[in-house]
Amino acid sequence: MSNNEKKIDEISGVETTGHEWDGITELNNPLPRWWLWTMYATIVFSIGYMIYYPAIPLINEATPGISGETNRSVFMKEMAAAKAAKAGLIKKIEDSTVEEISGDSDLRRFAISGGRSLFKVNCVQCHGSGAQGSPGFPNLNDDDWLWGGDLDSIYLTIAHGARYPHSEETRSSEMPAFGKDELLEKDQIADIAEHVLKISGFEYDVSKEARGAPLFAENCAACHGADGKGDSEFGAPNLADALWLYAGTRQDIIAQINSPKHGEMPAWKARLGDASVKQLAVYVHSLGGGK
Amino acid sequence: MATKGETVETFDAEAVNSKVARNLYEARKKVFPKRAYGTFRSLKWWVMGITLGIYYLTPWLRWDRGEFAPDQAVLIDLANRRFYFFFIEIWPQEFYYVAGLLVMAGIGLFLITSTIGRAWCGYACPQTVWVDLFLVVERFFEGDRNARIKLDKADWTREKIFKRVAKHAVWLLIAFSTGGAWIFYFADAPTLLVNFWTLKAPFVAYATVAVLTFMTYTFGGFMREQVCTYMCPWPRIQAAMLDEDSLTVTYNDWRGEPRNRHAKRAIAAGNIVGDCVDCNACVAVCPMGIDIRDGQQLECITCALCIDACNGVMKKLGREKGLISYATLRDYNANLDLATGGTGKAEDINPISTINIKAMAAARAEKTPEAENDNELPVAPSQVAHTTWRSLARPRTIMYSSVLAVIGFALLTVLVTRSRLEINVIQDRNPMFVKLSDGSIRNGYEIKVLNMIAKPRRFNIKVEGLPGAEISFEESTEKFGDAFNIDVAPDQVQAKKIYISVPKDQIKQSHSQFRLLVHEIDGDEKSEYVAKFHAP
Repeated sequence: MSNNEKKIDEISGVETTGHEWDGITELNNPLPRWWLWTMYATIVFSIGYMIYYPAIPLINEATPGISGETNRSVFMKEMAAAKAAKAGLIKKIEDSTVEEISGDSDLRRFAISGGRSLFKVNCVQCHGSGAQGSPGFPNLNDDDWLWGGDLDSIYLTIAHGARYPHSEETRSSEMPAFGKDELLEKDQIADIAEHVLKISGFEYDVSKEARGAPLFAENCAACHGADGKGDSEFGAPNLADALWLYAGTRQDIIAQINSPKHGEMPAWKARLGDASVKQLAVYVHSLGGGK
Repeated sequence: MATKGETVETFDAEAVNSKVARNLYEARKKVFPKRAYGTFRSLKWWVMGITLGIYYLTPWLRWDRGEFAPDQAVLIDLANRRFYFFFIEIWPQEFYYVAGLLVMAGIGLFLITSTIGRAWCGYACPQTVWVDLFLVVERFFEGDRNARIKLDKADWTREKIFKRVAKHAVWLLIAFSTGGAWIFYFADAPTLLVNFWTLKAPFVAYATVAVLTFMTYTFGGFMREQVCTYMCPWPRIQAAMLDEDSLTVTYNDWRGEPRNRHAKRAIAAGNIVGDCVDCNACVAVCPMGIDIRDGQQLECITCALCIDACNGVMKKLGREKGLISYATLRDYNANLDLATGGTGKAEDINPISTINIKAMAAARAEKTPEAENDNELPVAPSQVAHTTWRSLARPRTIMYSSVLAVIGFALLTVLVTRSRLEINVIQDRNPMFVKLSDGSIRNGYEIKVLNMIAKPRRFNIKVEGLPGAEISFEESTEKFGDAFNIDVAPDQVQAKKIYISVPKDQIKQSHSQFRLLVHEIDGDEKSEYVAKFHAP
């Protein structure tokens, strides 16, 4: 390779690179001009690019570039713009009651889509991705509500939570532990359970139920009502319907009377803000069970 | 004897774009096509006028569709996802009509190519039409072939600068109107025109015009034959569609060869002479920069201008027209075999030329057997095959036509009988069903009613085949029985979330099918959707 002599391929008349493999030589055809010029153009472009954008990595960070623009700053700008674009509707939601929001078709649509995404982030952990709930965590699709299913009640429940120790206005009630605290005898609890089975439409022991009915009226009706249909004032569940917060077997009912479990839900107004809670309320109300 | 005043202009024209002449590592050699006169040139003017007319004027045609739809006859409304073509309106899900049209266009091209060859390339392709248009401008400012070659070589004088600037200015104007016309297919043309000039049009309109202006200018002004030769796949594909009965522009060497510029002298010297006087007129007019006498080649777009040029020369010389002609390969081969005595080799050609035919006729008239032997014509003129319209009707073309007709008929049938009302249903899957406090089971559905005509309509939606079904909506738990009405705006989709609940005692199985029927209240149109109801 040391000689500077040009080697010309005999057949094509084109200069060769001088490289040779088993008698095959490599032609040194010139690159197409347009290709070469494109490459030079990209080099020029890359210089401008390096000056304009952060480009050269240093020890702690990269050169800032005269634009100072990074993917992150662009993202932040876009987020701010998105927030600004929604500001008008958010303001309107803040200034309206949940009833008004639900009545205005534009606001309602905005609230439901906003509520849906808020729900996916904040609520699905307990209530499930389809708001279908699980034992101890209410199903929000159905028409059975512990603390009331109208827009205002749903709003208040989400805003202040239930039995949430850090909120003054939280929904609060507690069912006595009739067995554990020895308020009632074991037999009496079993008798009351038979009565609950009866009003729920299940099979029950007639003689036990006869003893249980007066006990129910005496101990339970104050909150659950004489007919067992519950009272959302106290978050007392409806015992006469087909739905159960925990489960509806004899054993489960006895366990609940003996030592009740109570659900707890955080207050969201302080965390998410009023507008978000209103959107959530309208969304939850739209799931089909809203009153 | 057959030559009457050989005052035929001979051109110093080189086939710069023929395969042998072009080197890959070499700048393009410019082609300076001369203006042609004749039948095919006239036909091309007509085709140019019609195709350009269609392109520029179509967006301005109006078509009344009532108050709720645009009145532009042809409109591709991307924003609203509608395609309007006169009386036809196509929604995105009906795009298969367009697919069907494309299939028809494809088969149409097969048909055209297998019968009349590359007629698309030579007459109707936008590249051909616009290059032709650009050449008109070029000729107007710079003159015909020789003047242009001279100007191209000349130094930059004031005159040359003026001519060049004027030419490019008009080219840019044409390019701009070409790009400008394109955008009118995608929005209401008069509105967009005003907005365009008042700078209120969307950015994409300006970008589209800019890109298309640039493309038209470069493709029509500079790249020209290179687009067809290097960029276009069509010439390569078409080779597969041509057969020996397809019309191609053919140089009939069986009557033209051996070519000779000095026929008189050659005849006097006792040489065989064909009809071709090697004047290069066919090369001079060729926009592709090739020599048709080299035979069929990929670069030839079959614009037939060489036929016009050659026929002019033949007429001047008093020889028969058609030395270059539209001919099928079958006829050409038959004639070549006649002229060569079956060898098919160029050097064996004893041309069936006008000169020879006349000489033989004269010899026969004199009845001198020697003369007949000396100037022997291999065949009688009546044996020469002439390509006629019969080549069009062949099994292949008849098959293409039938397929085309069948698809066309099927599309038309579907189009005429298509429904303008549709209902789509998406069932809630999370949760699949909800148990209510009275024990009944509820399913949720997002229904979409498509009112595909430009008129507001009211529809009734009814649940059928689901005993005890009750419909309720998002707003409350109130029940509305098994049917409700819905209003749908003109040409719109109306979505509605509905819940259907079935009492406990009516639920027999975990999956049951039912139908959601939709029918127009003030009309007959109906549609239905078979949906499922899930229960535990």
